[in-house]
Amino acid sequence: MIDLKGVNKTYYGGAALHVLKGIDLHIAQGEMVSIMGASGSGKSTLLNILGILDTYDTGEYYLNNLLIRNLSETKAAELRNKMIGFIFQSFNLINFKNAVENVALPLYYQGISRRKRNNIALEYLDRMGLKDWAHHLPSELSGGQKQRVAIARALIAKPQIILADEPTGALDSKTSEEVIQILREVNKEGMTMIIVTHEHSVANATDKIIRLKDGVIESIEVQEGCLI
Amino acid sequence: MFDIDNWAEIFSTIKKNKMRTFLTGFSISWGIFMFCVLLAAGNGLRNGMQSGFGDRSVNSVQYWGRTTSMPYKGFPDNRPIRLDSKDLKLIEGKVPEADKLSGMIFTDVNANYGTRNTSSSFVGINIDYKGISGLKIKDNQGRFLNEMDIKEKRKVAVINQRLKEILFGDENPVGKLFIAGNLGYRVIGVYEESSWRDGAQAYIPVSTAQLLYREGYGYDNIAFTLKGLTSKEENKAFEESFRGKLSVLHFFDPKDERPIGIWNQLQNYLEFLGIFNGITAFIWIIGVGTLIAGIIGVSNIMLITVRERTREFGIRKALGAKPSSILGSIIMESVFITSLFGYIGMFLGVGLGELVSSVLESPGMEEATRMFKNPTIDVGVAISAMLVLILSGVLAGYFPALKAVRVSAVEAMRAE
Repeated sequence: MIDLKGVNKTYYGGAALHVLKGIDLHIAQGEMVSIMGASGSGKSTLLNILGILDTYDTGEYYLNNLLIRNLSETKAAELRNKMIGFIFQSFNLINFKNAVENVALPLYYQGISRRKRNNIALEYLDRMGLKDWAHHLPSELSGGQKQRVAIARALIAKPQIILADEPTGALDSKTSEEVIQILREVNKEGMTMIIVTHEHSVANATDKIIRLKDGVIESIEVQEGCLI
Repeated sequence: MFDIDNWAEIFSTIKKNKMRTFLTGFSISWGIFMFCVLLAAGNGLRNGMQSGFGDRSVNSVQYWGRTTSMPYKGFPDNRPIRLDSKDLKLIEGKVPEADKLSGMIFTDVNANYGTRNTSSSFVGINIDYKGISGLKIKDNQGRFLNEMDIKEKRKVAVINQRLKEILFGDENPVGKLFIAGNLGYRVIGVYEESSWRDGAQAYIPVSTAQLLYREGYGYDNIAFTLKGLTSKEENKAFEESFRGKLSVLHFFDPKDERPIGIWNQLQNYLEFLGIFNGITAFIWIIGVGTLIAGIIGVSNIMLITVRERTREFGIRKALGAKPSSILGSIIMESVFITSLFGYIGMFLGVGLGELVSSVLESPGMEEATRMFKNPTIDVGVAISAMLVLILSGVLAGYFPALKAVRVSAVEAMRAE
């Protein structure tokens, strides 16, 4: 599903900062992987490259056998829309849109009619147990509810992979557990999932823990029979 | 572009940011409203003043005798100067610029017909005066003075509408006899009002006036039209040389300005035009300034709007929004808001002008229309002003939007 070969990334802002130094990584379909590392280790950069939100300098990145390189903004947007679902630490819901509209947004960019996409969004909210909150604004939802809306939004376009950047970073431990539970369930249905986290409880719930240090992969730890 | 779903998306954004939309809209509406009102007011002032000139020939001159202020060749000062037939001969013979010519005599008389009476001013003129003042006889209301009237010193009068109303009411006055002072005059025609005077007035043959009211001698004023003088300078030069000729005729010091009063219609008109062009330019500057203030208002709000929405754009991009779709939605939103509120402002501005205009045209407002008339604005100007606003709305949205779109989604989402 995901193949990285010798991916390098350097930021040129003032002093050149070599963030990723030759990343080789293979993630198979249906895997649930966590990426850990100290801040500055390059884990967010790696996630942004995987999510086609950022570019890399050298190496190769295949997503579903498609080489992701030198894409125009428009093409990148199209790929993100169809292949990748994002979950963010700060939820990143649009504050003047209610839950259904937020969830339906990726389908708007696929040109699906309003009625149809809102119906689909409602189904996904129902799966997240949020049907009764469908017409609430993000400001009227709790942190856990917001993240569940965000998960529904990540899923609605039926992407190839879900990329989650500290999905539980803004949540208390009980809600965190619920969110991890949901992610796990989604993964069980066959969705490939990559989670950047610094919380061991989250990492322990995944199949594989990839540890980054100073831009290189320090270790890949496979957790046999991981189930919560 | 005209996908209904895009519009639904834009409307939902507008609806959920009412304050922002209102502020943008208000600055646009206000700008265009003030622009329209200012220009309309300027036009009203101009139309009012211009109508004051009525149909009078703009190249006419009138002059009259006063008293000398300097002793001259043995004559003492304070000597009254009286105009007479020598003046007419002088102008006919030695003033090539003069065309139509008429002596004038003014007198106030009490006019009555049956039981009705009014004080009225009589003006003695000859037939050339018609071309000098632009007098018009009303349709089917008699005729103007003719050669025979003048020659035979007939007691006939061409009366104005006001005198007709007071003395004759709804009766047809043509051919009727009325008493003015102790003398009977026959009405030969009714003339159209020039908008300045609405007192009761009548024109009579100057020869009759001279005989009855001036003991057969002299004129109060002499009026004539000028040919071939177009600029202020030419008129100044003419006036100077004309004063020189009169000083020889009437024996007064050529340096003395008091003995002769001159009213030069063209010069007044040119001065009026000059003043008016100044006022118009001033109004345009203020109007355009207001418009620019509106444009700056729109730009500012668009700048803030786009900045406020940077994060939202980042999110949208992460979810698969193409840069063009974000750019397009910002521009369409801004065009929609500027057009809508621009139209409202234009509608109110033009509407106010039309309203004032119709109030001024209602009966009883004749007094006011001398200063202010038809304060409306050319719709073409209003529409161009609106197009300028819409265009600036597009640009005001486009540049910050372009900047926002270029920010990577990751950075944009970090913005607060």
